[in-house]
Amino acid sequence: MFPGTPLIRLGAARRSTFSHRGRREERSPFVPIFLGVRAPSRYLWRVTEQPRLAEQNATVALPEPFIRWFGEKGWSPRAHQIELLAKAQAGQSVLLIAPTGAGKTLAGFLPSLTELANRPRRRPGQAHRGIHTLYISPLKALAVDIERNLGKPVEEIGLPVTIETRTGDTPSHKRQRQKLVPPDILLTTPEQLALLIAAPDARRFFEDLRYVVLDELHSLVTSKRGHLLALGLARLRSYVPGLQTIGLSATVAEPDELRRWLVGQNPPGTMAGLITVAGGAKPDISILDSEQHVPWSGHSARYAIPEIYEAIKRHRTTILFVNTRSQAELLFQELWRANEDSLPIALHHGSLDVGQRRRVEKAMGENALRAIVATSTLDLGIDWGDVDLVVHVGAPKGASRLAQRIGRANHRMDEPSKAILIPANRFEVLECRAALDANYLGAQDTPPLINGALDVLSQHVLGVACGAPFHPDHLFEEVRSAAPYAGLARETFDRVVDFVATGGYALKNYERYARIRKTIGGLWRVSHPRIAQQYRLNVGTIVEMPELNIRYVRQGRGMAGRGGPVLGKVEEYFAETLRPGDNFLFAGKVLRFEGIRENECVVSNGAGANIIVPSYAGGKFPLSTYLADQVRGMLADSNRWQALPEQVADWLRLQKEKSVLPKRGDLLVETFPRGNRHYMVAYPFEGRLAHQTLGMLLTRRLERANARPLGFVATDYSLAVWALDDMAALFRAKKPSLAALFDEDMLGDDLEAWLNDSWMLKRTFRTCAVIAGLIEKRFPGQEKSGRQVTVSADLIYDVLRSHEPDHILLQATRTDAAAGLLDVSRLAEMLSRVRGRIMHKHLEQISPLAVPIMLEIGKESVNGGANESLLMEAADLVEEAMGQR
Amino acid sequence: MNFSLARASLIAEADLVGIAGERAVCDPRGVLYFPDLRLLAVSDLHLEKGSSLARRGALIPPYDTGATLLRLQAVISDYQPSIMISLGDSFHDGGGAERMHASFRERLEALMSGRDWFWVAGNHDPEAPADLPGETVRELAIGSLLFRHEPSKERVEGEIAGHLHPCARIVQRGRSVRRRCFAGDGGRMIMPAFGAYTGSLNVLDRAYAGLFRLDTLMAYMLGADRIFAISRSMLRPG
Repeated sequence: MFPGTPLIRLGAARRSTFSHRGRREERSPFVPIFLGVRAPSRYLWRVTEQPRLAEQNATVALPEPFIRWFGEKGWSPRAHQIELLAKAQAGQSVLLIAPTGAGKTLAGFLPSLTELANRPRRRPGQAHRGIHTLYISPLKALAVDIERNLGKPVEEIGLPVTIETRTGDTPSHKRQRQKLVPPDILLTTPEQLALLIAAPDARRFFEDLRYVVLDELHSLVTSKRGHLLALGLARLRSYVPGLQTIGLSATVAEPDELRRWLVGQNPPGTMAGLITVAGGAKPDISILDSEQHVPWSGHSARYAIPEIYEAIKRHRTTILFVNTRSQAELLFQELWRANEDSLPIALHHGSLDVGQRRRVEKAMGENALRAIVATSTLDLGIDWGDVDLVVHVGAPKGASRLAQRIGRANHRMDEPSKAILIPANRFEVLECRAALDANYLGAQDTPPLINGALDVLSQHVLGVACGAPFHPDHLFEEVRSAAPYAGLARETFDRVVDFVATGGYALKNYERYARIRKTIGGLWRVSHPRIAQQYRLNVGTIVEMPELNIRYVRQGRGMAGRGGPVLGKVEEYFAETLRPGDNFLFAGKVLRFEGIRENECVVSNGAGANIIVPSYAGGKFPLSTYLADQVRGMLADSNRWQALPEQVADWLRLQKEKSVLPKRGDLLVETFPRGNRHYMVAYPFEGRLAHQTLGMLLTRRLERANARPLGFVATDYSLAVWALDDMAALFRAKKPSLAALFDEDMLGDDLEAWLNDSWMLKRTFRTCAVIAGLIEKRFPGQEKSGRQVTVSADLIYDVLRSHEPDHILLQATRTDAAAGLLDVSRLAEMLSRVRGRIMHKHLEQISPLAVPIMLEIGKESVNGGANESLLMEAADLVEEAMGQR
Repeated sequence: MNFSLARASLIAEADLVGIAGERAVCDPRGVLYFPDLRLLAVSDLHLEKGSSLARRGALIPPYDTGATLLRLQAVISDYQPSIMISLGDSFHDGGGAERMHASFRERLEALMSGRDWFWVAGNHDPEAPADLPGETVRELAIGSLLFRHEPSKERVEGEIAGHLHPCARIVQRGRSVRRRCFAGDGGRMIMPAFGAYTGSLNVLDRAYAGLFRLDTLMAYMLGADRIFAISRSMLRPG
């Protein structure tokens, strides 16, 4: 019996389509859709308007069966596909930058397929050949997709080519067989490559390797997975010096970074060839000009639901993108409420059960849905049926991200994609406008690549040792050939090796427990086979927050209920704040929290008015630097307000009248009293992370200045601090001056002091420690919950910080936190930019521009010494109830 | 007289809890002090846990013994007890005392001198620690108090035990706070683990079933510089 999780909701008119579900549907309006085989992609091999093959570059060798096959289909390869083939056949590695729908995948595989077509057949009795081409994608699903889409043409052309996937889901007998009889083309993920390298037969396994095809390279390179992959590639190059790489990427800000990434950095600066395919037709993007009142703050865009629903009705298939999982849940709920025509609308986000997600993806591929609400899990290039409208709810946060998401609509390059942006509040109207202008201008703001992480390097060093003994000089050179580690110092490398061996502590206590040992010949080798086993269980760079499965039981059974389906996952810290009987929103359904049982959060059908939406750590993108600058520019230039909706333009005019609008490069700081408090609101437009860090540092300083600050709140656009004392008076008396308050030196000791006690640093440390192999990964069922690991990681952090603050793992942690969680570099740039350009405006009352952030106060709490005060409250309650003890 | 002055300033009347008629201070650093007996109890030091795990390949920082001893030194110098009881699992395993770095051994011996020191045997360290002074005992009765490592199944008035590493959790304003705690019902007291690498187990867990009178059970949660006494009705599992 299916409990009726309305992941996909279908109306009566559609129900007959799924009559194989039997009686159940007569009673329930919620019909699950089951997984089948996805139809082959339409865009992989397509008719184009390109010149016929005969007119192509004569130096390209396209084997006869290919020409015949193209002819039979009435197709013709595209110019960039032939160009890539030519470069590859000339021995080059290549980066192909092309928009969605340009036939990137075929281009990537063409060099391999043509070479394999010409290869003499293996004679009986001859040894099996190794892997010829390795394809690496960030998603398992993508590898599976490619296997299907590549298999068909290979069969039709009659190529003697074997194609197989190898992912975490591949059964072990198949993996073993793959080692003995490797396929010609192996489709896999970065983690699997790391595992293959750590195997003793790695060199032999890869000795025939010719090409590595890297799909969705733009998304791979920005994370620690990218670092691990870069190190893996360097390893492969040491096995096969002539190895060629082919990178497939969406448009990025700095193509040269990717070109370096693809090839060995000896000499430094070496780059792969580049082929850029210009974008297709200009997308048709509009901002919703709502009849309704656009709210001051918030992220729900509830005001626009009727208009969104009308848009869905007018189109065949719509993807609705949101920025967070919470927003996805809310939007789905609201749309369902408005869904009078019972349109099939589905929900898709990363916390939902995998089976459910696959069903939605399948339904999408079959064009069985009218709309799908999705988060970034759908950003990557899986084929999505006939989408003819993208609705972006909430601000896009980056011009490149918006362009990639809009590319989801209409996989045909030559037809314009259609998109509507729905700003959820007034600042987002400005941001959407800026993003829209940027998209037309073709601006790119993908983040710059960061240096290779040391925790990842530690993992790799141990992995290499598991495969074969290594000489440190050789491995150092090899590691430096990977672009992210091109600047690595020898001293740092040696410390990493020391860390891998004995933990790298100043107190040399663990020599006898070393994981790798230096032998007489100067080679490092694994000290015990057990070490290699442990390594294999812990490989990878994705460290999940401790999560609980959501287990559904029948209502009224409470914790006694058993055996219902798993709906997905919530983060443990959220589940822990729930009380039995609380209702929360998940998978588009109101669930009643029953309790926590081992690693499960037990729920039943819920109802009621007070519904909580789970919050999820991460998943919130900060406003990109580029877009922030565009927004500042728009604020400063009243001529550009004409492009804005009237109510928003009015709001800015009113601000100009009541207070002031800052010049593009200036920082506006307003102060005003309200109630019995004094407020300071600053508008740096540098993103929530940088603002949070700034807020934390400013309150420390204001505390020292005896302004008695009480708290702060940060959004993507502004920052508000409130205090008991009159901050404006302090600034006037220069105790401190505003300039001194915002001085860059806050990034020194203040930052250090705050950082050390921050929970963010502990969380980052845990991730680093797991990746570096100091703490083991958790596996389902192995422990009751994530707590044991969390606690011990915290305890280890505390001990290490007080006894060896310069330990390499703490260094790695601080680097990560500064970049990821705190956005310190961005804050530093901002502080230096506004030096001497801070504009203070003291007001008698709140300004129009300050309204949005003032509405955020109280919604978000501020961390700090707050835990103690919560305990105090609880203890006081006890005393009150029980009288004096 | 300096000693008693130091002690007096540490003890406010309100911080005293009663255990089977004896008065005790639950110190927020995780130790239990009986002013009338000049007795200080500490539980589950788990010294050398780091090296114990390192033997099995997890090279976690070798500073836990040092960190634990430093904290122990601080409480001993504050209270200057004449009797010191380490309530079991003082070492993480039987070989711990032997593995201990010489500098740590010296520091520990310095802390032990000048007072009666009892090692209560625990499940991790059933034998006396190698080459260390002090007396190793199964259990220890002083006045109306009985000190043992594992709490007994049946109710024993005045029993002071460790072993379970109690912690407690509250949720206030939608936020969860979890801390190590003393758990007591006026008759029995279970002490928090003191060691730098020791984890903890919620007092509402099954493992505590039957140990306490539920109507008088209190969790004395460890704050930064004070204890927070929280009644059972406010505690959350997990």
